[in-house]
Amino acid sequence: MIRVELAKVLRRPRTWIAIFLLCLLPVIVGVFVALTDIAPRPGEGPAFLSAVLGNGALFPAAALGIVLPLFLPVAVAVVAGDAVAGESSAGTLRYLLVRPVGRTRLLVAKLTAVLAFLLTAVTAVALTAYVVGVRLFVPDPANVNASTAAVASLSGTSLTGQQILLRTAYVIFYISWSMLGVASVALFLSTVTDSSLGAALGALAVLVLSQVLVTLDAASSVKAYLPTRYWLAWVDFFREPILWRDIQRGTLVQGVYVAVLLAMTWANFMTKDVTS
Amino acid sequence: MIVTAGLTKRFGRVTAVEDLSLQVREGDRYGFLGPNGSGKTTTVRMLLGLVFATSGGIEVMGKPLPRRATEVLAEVGALIEGPAAYGHLSGRTNLALLDAAGPGGRRRTRRARVDAALEQVGLAGIGRRPVRAYSLGMRQRLGLAAALIRSPRLLILDEPTNGLDPQGIHEIRELLLELNQGGTTVFLSSHLLAEVEALCTRVAVLDRGRLVVQEDLATLQAPTGLVVVRSPDADLVARTLDGRVARRDGDRLFVRDVGPAELADRLVAAGVRLHELYPERRTLEEVVLALTGTGSDRVQP
Repeated sequence: MIRVELAKVLRRPRTWIAIFLLCLLPVIVGVFVALTDIAPRPGEGPAFLSAVLGNGALFPAAALGIVLPLFLPVAVAVVAGDAVAGESSAGTLRYLLVRPVGRTRLLVAKLTAVLAFLLTAVTAVALTAYVVGVRLFVPDPANVNASTAAVASLSGTSLTGQQILLRTAYVIFYISWSMLGVASVALFLSTVTDSSLGAALGALAVLVLSQVLVTLDAASSVKAYLPTRYWLAWVDFFREPILWRDIQRGTLVQGVYVAVLLAMTWANFMTKDVTS
Repeated sequence: MIVTAGLTKRFGRVTAVEDLSLQVREGDRYGFLGPNGSGKTTTVRMLLGLVFATSGGIEVMGKPLPRRATEVLAEVGALIEGPAAYGHLSGRTNLALLDAAGPGGRRRTRRARVDAALEQVGLAGIGRRPVRAYSLGMRQRLGLAAALIRSPRLLILDEPTNGLDPQGIHEIRELLLELNQGGTTVFLSSHLLAEVEALCTRVAVLDRGRLVVQEDLATLQAPTGLVVVRSPDADLVARTLDGRVARRDGDRLFVRDVGPAELADRLVAAGVRLHELYPERRTLEEVVLALTGTGSDRVQP
C-alpha cells in the first residue's frame, strides 16, 4: 500500500509542478540579488540573504529561509489536505477501503507519501539553491581572505565548507520536521472534511493564527507552545557553536503537535462512516 | 452468505435503516429493491464495513463485520454508488494500483489479472487513454472490472447497469449469470425492477429503512388464481360465466374459481372466439408498488 501511495504521488503532475515552483522562487530572488549586488541589510529581508553575496554555499540555507514562511507550508498543506479528502471526493476512498485496505494502513501510507513529498521538496530546494548559488555568487577576489572556503558564521567565526554542508543537512531535517506539524494539521482536517481545499485552507488558517499570536505581546503567555514559534530557530544551526536551546524546544513542541494530531486523525478516521 | 440481524443505522435523528434482517444464501442472485432514499446504499455500505451500524449484527461468509472485515472483504467484489477512478491515469493503471493496494495476488500475475478483468467487461482493447476521457458506460464497465479483478466469491453491486445502453445491460446481465453459474453469489441493489426481475432468483424490498418482503421471486410472481380472458365476444363470456367474473376491463375479463384448461373448453363449447387466455400473474412492479410508498425524492407539501 505504501508503494502504491508513493506511486500515486509521483505520477501526479501536481507534485512536480509544486516542487518546481518551490525551487524556482529562491532562484528568482537569487538572480535579482546577484545582478544588482544589493543584498538586504543584515536583519532585514529573508534570513541569510545578506551573507550569500560573500559565499554561494550559504544560498541553500537562504533559499529554505525564503520558502519556509509561506510557500513550503502552502505546498505541504495542499498535498496533505488532499491525502484523504481527495480520495473521498473522487469516490476512490470507498474502493480502497473495500479492496480491503485497513484504515490504519491507509493512513500510514498517506503519511509516508506526504513525508516523501516533504523531504523531496526540501532537498530539491536546497540542491537547486546550491547549484545556482555557487554559480551566481562567486566571491569577489578582492575581498577574499586567506581561506576562500571559509564562511563567516552568524557569530562571526568561520565555518568550513564541510561544516556548512553538515549544518545545511541539519536544517533540511529541522525544517522538514516543522513542516510535518503542518502536514499533521492538514491530514487531520482531511479526514474530517471531504474537501481537499477546505483541509488545506484550514491548516493554513491555523498557521496564520499561530504567526499572528507569536508577534502579539498580549499572547506572550502561550507563545512558547505555538507551532510556528520556533520555526526560525534553524538559523541557530549557523552559529558557532550551534545554539541548541530553541532548536530543541522547537523539535519538542512540533513533536507534541505531530503526536497529538496524528492520534486525533487516527481516532477520527477509524470511527468515521465513509459515506462519500 | 450474508446474514444481518436487527441492523439499524441512525444518522443523527434520521433513521436510515431500521431493524433489518436479511438472509442471502450462497449461490443466490439476490435483488435488493427499494425506492430512492429507502436505505439501500446505507445497507450496502454497512455490509462492506464502510458505515458502522448503530445496532444489530452482520455476518458475511460466517464472519462478523466489521470486526473481521479484512478477511471477509478479500473475497468480496463491490460496485458502490457508481464507479470511481483516478481520472489522470489509464483504466489499466487504475486496476493495477487497486490490485496492488490490497492483500493477496502475486505481482507477477497482476497484468494477467488486469487483462482478464478488462476482457470480462468488454474493455479489452481500451489502450492507454486516461479515465477522464471515458464515456459513462465505459467508466461503469471499468468499475465492474475493479469488482471482478480478485475473482470474488460474493459480488455486491449497487446499480451496476447505470449509464449502459440496452446492449451493454444485456451483456452485463449475461456476465453476471455466467459468474453466478460458476458459484459467485450476486447481491444486486437496484431501483430498476426490470433489471432485478430479469436477473434475480430472490428479492428483498426495502421501504423507508424497513424490510417489507424477502422472498423467492417465483413465489412473489405465483399465479393469483384468476384467469384472464380476452375476447371480442366479451359480453357473451360474461353471460356464460355468470357470477364468476371478478372484474372486467373492456374486452378483458378476470375469471375466478376455474382453471385455464377447463375454462377454455367451456368457452369454446359456447362458441366464444378467444384472443387470449392465461393465468394472471402479478408483475414484480405490482408487488413492489403495493408494498412501498413513494420514494424520498418526491417532496410533497
